[in-house]
Amino acid sequence: MTPDQILFIVTALISTLAAVMVVSRRNMVHAALFLVLTLFGVAVAFVLLEAPFLAVVQVLVYIGAIAILMIFAVMLTRNVTDDSGDPFNKNARVGGLAALFVFSLLVVMFGGWSQFTAYPQAGDTSGSIVQLGVALTAADGYVIAFEVASMLLLGALVGAIFVVWPRQNENE
Amino acid sequence: MHNSWLFIGIFILVAGVFPALPIILFHIFGPKRQTPEKLETYECGMETVGQTWVQFKVQYYIYALIFLVFDVEIIFLYPWAVAFDKLPLLGVAAGVLFIFLLADGLWYAWQKGALEWS
Repeated sequence: MTPDQILFIVTALISTLAAVMVVSRRNMVHAALFLVLTLFGVAVAFVLLEAPFLAVVQVLVYIGAIAILMIFAVMLTRNVTDDSGDPFNKNARVGGLAALFVFSLLVVMFGGWSQFTAYPQAGDTSGSIVQLGVALTAADGYVIAFEVASMLLLGALVGAIFVVWPRQNENE
Repeated sequence: MHNSWLFIGIFILVAGVFPALPIILFHIFGPKRQTPEKLETYECGMETVGQTWVQFKVQYYIYALIFLVFDVEIIFLYPWAVAFDKLPLLGVAAGVLFIFLLADGLWYAWQKGALEWS
């Protein structure tokens, strides 16, 4: 086995185990932290697939933003640790069977796809981010989308503050 | 082929091992003469009150949301910054406009008093 294969197997095992822990932990804070570990495993997988930008996005957006937001939401909820109910509902068995069915279907489908086992070409991918940067801001590229994204983020920011900010008459 | 990533891997490993090693070594070699007072939770010398698992004030959430927006902004600015010396003037201006539009949002948050603690 090549070092890459060993690294992939270790990463896949860690992220799968962490994913199982996410759904099985009673303590929601711990579940959220295991989710961070799972997402980090995915980031490592992106690195192994020669997609450095996606790895950076994975770490920044999913670990840096989404997971933090989830941890915030969990910390705002009551009784993060006191939940004594059964975490599995009565459809757990049916759900497991459905998941198994979909998984085996995916294995069959991807097994027949010749590109599935193709390993990404080892090469210098450091130029791809430069190309992306040039294309994002080029007039014949995606500059409009780039600026629209900025407007969208501005709208999200203003909207978030507007929704969360207490109204004057509701102030205590 | 992942050489530049190998450095990050080594850093992550060192960052984990470095703080863990003294803790583990202390657990193995440290003397264990425990008294009830020693086993109490240490919090700046104050006696601790209540549980650790408390709810946080909802006001923290606005900080998380503002952080989220600027975190996503980084994604767009990262390729722009990497390609900075290969960009035409228009490309640089586009990035500056991008930052300006979001600085606008920060200004709004500031004016609204969302960054102030009340």
